[in-house]
Amino acid sequence: MDLQVRDESRAGVADDIIMPFDDVREHLVVVGNGMAGCRAVEELLAQDGRRYRVTIFGAEPYVNYNRIMLSPVLAGEKSFDDIVINSQQWYADNGIDLIAGDPVTAIDRTAKAVTSRSGRTVHYDKLLIATGSDPFIIPVPGRDLPGVISFRDMKDVDTMLEAAGKGGDAVVIGGGLLGLEAAHGLTRRGMKVTVIHLMDTLMERQLDEAAGWLLKSALEARGQTILTGANTAEIFGDGKVEGVRLKDGRDIPASLVVMAVGIRPATALAREAGLEVNRGIKVDDHMVTSDPDVLAVGECVEHDGNVYGLVAPLWDMCRSLADGLTDRHSGYKGSVTSTKLKVAGLDVFSAGDFSGGEGCEDIVLRDASRGVYKRVVVKDDRVIGAVLYGDTADGGWYFDLLKKGENVADMRDLLIFGQAFASGGGAPDPKAAVAALSDDAEICGCNGVSKGQVVACIGAGASSLDAVRAGCKASASCGSCTGLVETLLAATLGDDVQSGPKTMCKCTSFTHDDVRREIVAQNMRSIPEVMQALHWSTPDGCSSCRPALNYYLLCALPGEYQDDQQSRFVNERMHANIQKDGTYSVVPRMWGGLTNPRELRAIADVVEKYDAPMVKVTGGQRLDIFGIRKEDLPAVWADLNAAGMVSGHAYGKSLRTVKTCVGSEWCRFGTQDSTGLGVRTERMTWGSWMPHKFKIAVSGCPRNCAEATIKDFGIICVDSGYELHVGGNGGIHVRATDFLCKVATEQQALDFCAAFIQLYREEARYLERTAPWIERVGIDYVKRRIVEDEPGREGLRARFLYAQSFSQDDPWAERAAGRHAELHQHLQPIAIAAE
Amino acid sequence: MTDWIDIGTLADIPRRGARTVRIGGAKDIAVFRTGDDHVFALVNECPHKKGPLSQGIVHGHSVACPLHNWTIALRTGQAQGADEGCTPTIAVRREGDRILIARPASMKAAA
Repeated sequence: MDLQVRDESRAGVADDIIMPFDDVREHLVVVGNGMAGCRAVEELLAQDGRRYRVTIFGAEPYVNYNRIMLSPVLAGEKSFDDIVINSQQWYADNGIDLIAGDPVTAIDRTAKAVTSRSGRTVHYDKLLIATGSDPFIIPVPGRDLPGVISFRDMKDVDTMLEAAGKGGDAVVIGGGLLGLEAAHGLTRRGMKVTVIHLMDTLMERQLDEAAGWLLKSALEARGQTILTGANTAEIFGDGKVEGVRLKDGRDIPASLVVMAVGIRPATALAREAGLEVNRGIKVDDHMVTSDPDVLAVGECVEHDGNVYGLVAPLWDMCRSLADGLTDRHSGYKGSVTSTKLKVAGLDVFSAGDFSGGEGCEDIVLRDASRGVYKRVVVKDDRVIGAVLYGDTADGGWYFDLLKKGENVADMRDLLIFGQAFASGGGAPDPKAAVAALSDDAEICGCNGVSKGQVVACIGAGASSLDAVRAGCKASASCGSCTGLVETLLAATLGDDVQSGPKTMCKCTSFTHDDVRREIVAQNMRSIPEVMQALHWSTPDGCSSCRPALNYYLLCALPGEYQDDQQSRFVNERMHANIQKDGTYSVVPRMWGGLTNPRELRAIADVVEKYDAPMVKVTGGQRLDIFGIRKEDLPAVWADLNAAGMVSGHAYGKSLRTVKTCVGSEWCRFGTQDSTGLGVRTERMTWGSWMPHKFKIAVSGCPRNCAEATIKDFGIICVDSGYELHVGGNGGIHVRATDFLCKVATEQQALDFCAAFIQLYREEARYLERTAPWIERVGIDYVKRRIVEDEPGREGLRARFLYAQSFSQDDPWAERAAGRHAELHQHLQPIAIAAE
Repeated sequence: MTDWIDIGTLADIPRRGARTVRIGGAKDIAVFRTGDDHVFALVNECPHKKGPLSQGIVHGHSVACPLHNWTIALRTGQAQGADEGCTPTIAVRREGDRILIARPASMKAAA
């Protein structure tokens, strides 16, 4: 995707480039390429796609992106690509002229024309102002110092990332939603962060004192310093920021200061154009300003005395605006807003009014051990506010009750326990709960998608989470409604649903991807630490999550992490494959499938000495010795070691085998030394732990005798080099490989192999083979990372080889030498009473 | 009268793991130590397909069978969830650092 677009301000002024003379439609010019401006255009296109010719001016040199998702970008949880709402293609497909990086500087309402910074003048029939907000900068000395920024656009994020790259101290002024998300991101990026908040309670506009306190404790536990009731006196520094001084005299050092104390509607342009402006640009129910040909939408407007700084009202406004522009009549009636904090692992929700007062009743539930606090405010038998901390699953339901003003007298006693209990039945059945939601209940707050729209999207053929995301954008942004969307899929499709990212297991509400990201971001070092930090609901996990966590930590901290044997499946703990009768099978490594008389004799001796009932040649060109008792394993390994053989890892989520054909050395068709390359590949990759088992094959010519096209990584030698194939599988679902690329030399084949393995190790979910992983992320993604991004590939390869430097010790040798002998022996009763 | 057999110390068993004991001709007994240092003893056989429970992953007061991932409650020997079946349990007693298990009934009969 081409995301960075032409920066028109530097391109010089081109005349009349956007006036095709044969287009006689009315010209709609949009000032602002943000969420409001583009959403308004989307709504308009949806209602009457051909009525207007559209030109959009944007101040930033980007396509339309989701501004509220800058926080996850800062925190490293998303990339800029992930938060793009409309790509270049959308503008092209809809015939929209995008002039990015060139803000409008003046509006001439008499001439009906706008002028941009670069001097371009464009005529309009209808003008839409969607300039959004400007961050509010508190007027203290030092606010202009380099290193003092706001948190509003991609440029601010870039500045923060650059500062975070150098480490050190950061101060965030403002403990509201935006400030806390900035603080979270900077903490994640390794800075030591202090939050300075004027009020006594964090997020005091959204949270009550109790929830604010829980939030403060949780953030402090993550290493942030939170100063409430703290008033900034000045920002000091010599030529650049060095710290913040509080009115009580305290100095807090900082190489970066982020001001996140609030936003102000950006109204200067409208004011200078003589439009009626109060706190925001005044608009009527169809978002029309005091000039009937000028409309305004989003955070820059004031409707009925209200100014909104959150995203949800945008959707309603844009719909009303499009209605007006297409001569329909459903006016904007104002919005009730709710808030969710986008800080991973901290669930905070609030909506409506919870300040209490005459006639208000509080219903409160606290569950200290789960860290849950819920408060619902009821007045005249109607929900007027809700604050949820720790368990926000019912946020949408309370918000729905609140917006509808539904009478809750009948379920008042059960209200606080959530929808599943309060709507009857008693047992919490999420499917019934979602089914009970009305069609206009909001499912996705980030993108303003209702239940009805999600169901319609599923009805139109979307049968997976990804398809719903692509179809109606629900759950495509912050992801906090993913569970709801999945339940809707299940409720609508029954068994036809294709499952998407699921929670890791019943012990946690996080997905595999969430957990992995947190492990890296919070630099977690042990399984108990992960479970504590991510609120595991069980004391020590289960047989699904423990092996996964052990792998994720091992992968994140090569050479440092102490492997937890008790979190490994029996085969990996015993270094052999358990069979149905409780005995084990033993597979020694044969590099590239090659063996010799000495190895064969040793294997034959073992079979006889330990009375192994069966020996079999495996599909991966090895010999498998069956029926070995756990007590005999160390002795068997010692005998095999003595003949020069090491563990074949036939038991592990690890590199299994490299299968080869005889290649140019013997075969009359062979084009390269496939056997030698296979041996070298196996020498490089053996011993590596992976998300799942991993098989490699090298074929010497396209006849492909080694069956490389159903392997996780396959090499097919040709005259001119080596074709690399990935993601094959010969299991239940046979999948042929995707072609990755062709390389010229053996060394390149090895390098690409190492890089591909590391990408798989770092990004696939535990127990996900390469085939489903590639189906999920797409071969194009893999090509981008491995083929097109050379420095990235080098980095992956280097990380793989580094990890390998710790993993290529033969696990059999240490057991043969007596380590963990107790794992192979019975306990010996020492005294048998009353024999 | 219960006959108690001294099988070793807590330290002999890995935390969140198990060791086996073989007494006479009876079935192997798996002695488990949980994350919170409780000790349980069961016949070393899953009620499903006789998988060696001692080799499973111990979590909470349960063990997941290494063969087909049935979860068995250590206190009762009952299969959990949708699965049905029960593994015989053996009484355990702690005496200071030592772990004693009751002589299995099958052995008593044989004795």
